[in-house]
Amino acid sequence: MSDEDDIVLSELNDDELVLQMHDDLYDGLKEEIEESVNILLERGWQPYDVLTKALVEGMRIVGIDFRDGILFVPEVLLAANAMKSGMAILKPLLAETGAPRLGSMVIGTVKGDIHDIGKNLVTMMMEGAGFEVKDIGINNPVENYIAELETGEYDILGMSALLTTTMPYMKVVIDTMVEKGMRDDFVVLVGGAPLNEEFGKAIGADAYCRDAAVAVETAKEFMAKKHNQLAAR
Amino acid sequence: MSNFEKLLSDQGWLLGDGATGTNLFAMGLEAGEAPELWNFDAPDKVETLYSGSVSAGSDLFLTNSFGGTRARLALHNAEDRVYDVNARAAEIARNVADGVDRTVIVAGSIGPTGELMGEVGSLTHDDAVELFSEQVRGLQEGGVDVFWVETISAPEEFKAAAEACAQTDLPWCGTMSFDTAGRTMMGLTSADMVSLSEGISPQPTAYGANCGVGASDLLRTILSMTKAGASKPLIAKGNAGIPKYVHGHIHYDGTPELMADYAELARRAGAAIIGGCCGTTPAHLRKMRDALEGLTGLMPPDADEITSKLGAFSSESDGTEGGGAPARARRRRRG
Repeated sequence: MSDEDDIVLSELNDDELVLQMHDDLYDGLKEEIEESVNILLERGWQPYDVLTKALVEGMRIVGIDFRDGILFVPEVLLAANAMKSGMAILKPLLAETGAPRLGSMVIGTVKGDIHDIGKNLVTMMMEGAGFEVKDIGINNPVENYIAELETGEYDILGMSALLTTTMPYMKVVIDTMVEKGMRDDFVVLVGGAPLNEEFGKAIGADAYCRDAAVAVETAKEFMAKKHNQLAAR
Repeated sequence: MSNFEKLLSDQGWLLGDGATGTNLFAMGLEAGEAPELWNFDAPDKVETLYSGSVSAGSDLFLTNSFGGTRARLALHNAEDRVYDVNARAAEIARNVADGVDRTVIVAGSIGPTGELMGEVGSLTHDDAVELFSEQVRGLQEGGVDVFWVETISAPEEFKAAAEACAQTDLPWCGTMSFDTAGRTMMGLTSADMVSLSEGISPQPTAYGANCGVGASDLLRTILSMTKAGASKPLIAKGNAGIPKYVHGHIHYDGTPELMADYAELARRAGAAIIGGCCGTTPAHLRKMRDALEGLTGLMPPDADEITSKLGAFSSESDGTEGGGAPARARRRRRG
């Protein structure tokens, strides 16, 4: 690439810079995203606007191309890493300014399953979309999930499994939630390569999410429904 | 020539085995338990698993060692037993194979580490080779005929496993799982798999696809590999339909009759080693054997024949065209 194509981020106007950030997220350019986030903040942007208009919108585009089989896991991981570094700058500022929160989720890979690539993607994409996410890692027995849910800090439970040998364990967790009378307090989303919608329904989940982009859209829909129901009461 | 290569060249095709997980579940394996630890805790059941395939007519079957790397066994606090777990998986298999009066090949199953490699991961090439080497040594000690690297999605991991296999004098085979819009999770196409496998040294004796999304998609992948100029025998190990949750158990909806159609179509699509992955039981294998023995012509099927017999594809294309590069209009490039 020639020098004359170089872009100086600080010389772009706000609209151009935001579009450039969408491109830079798409290309997984971490330093550029950090620089741009700082430029917007210096120009007096609210942290919440930087998050939603630049980062969340950029990750939404990444999510669409991931869903459509144009981007694959490596590209999305790079994009999510770039987004995360931008988020790291915004997070303390968001807390100070009391920005609205979309919802919160606890997520983990079920007992016996080490494959956490999908779960990590969901975590990053959910954070990228403005959700609070607690990631409890891999290989979680039912007790771990229940202990987290009992803190009352979450709206959504996310479970992931990649193996035929581990996917039935999701049912164990959901059944335990039913026994404890807490199933209806949460939206339960499940995902993982061998699963499908019918499987999700059969084990009592609210939805099966084919990939991280779908997980974000589904979580948003459920949160919107929940807000509507609360408003209607 | 190894006995594996000899049998393949004598017969022209081999019937592989069925599922490991599905069949062990049916024998009481609990969700979340490590199947590999049954090599010690329930060796009779592992033997039953192997004999099930052999008596159904498999020419080749995989050892119960899919998750046998240190990275995977660590989940079950068994990271110090890598060598033993793999050697035992192979020993039980060797006994079953040697107990019948025809040649049956023992293939040492090697699955993914679960760790990310390359630009987005933390596992280095050398560390990955070491993880696989440890498993390879155990499998060789136990008496496998060939190493069988399977369900891989990243080219870096495929190369590391190949390098570990090459430290021995045994042949190896490798398959990847094409489960995302026709590609592997990491974006590798079937054509990429052909150039990767044919360019690696030493080359695998055979390569292909396993698991993924249903039998139709897998056959589309095989057709694409043939089209991409594959010169080695191709492996097709597709799932028996898709998983459903029935009466508290995972049930794959593909019938033995469907898998018989699948086996015939796989052979006609260019596959030489044909087995089943998740959901495939000895009942399926019997029908697959019958279908393969009764096959007369080798006219490759087209997409319509595949979908009419096995069901729809999960994505529009086989992933070899478009994708990978951004389809949307780009702004100026950064320097």
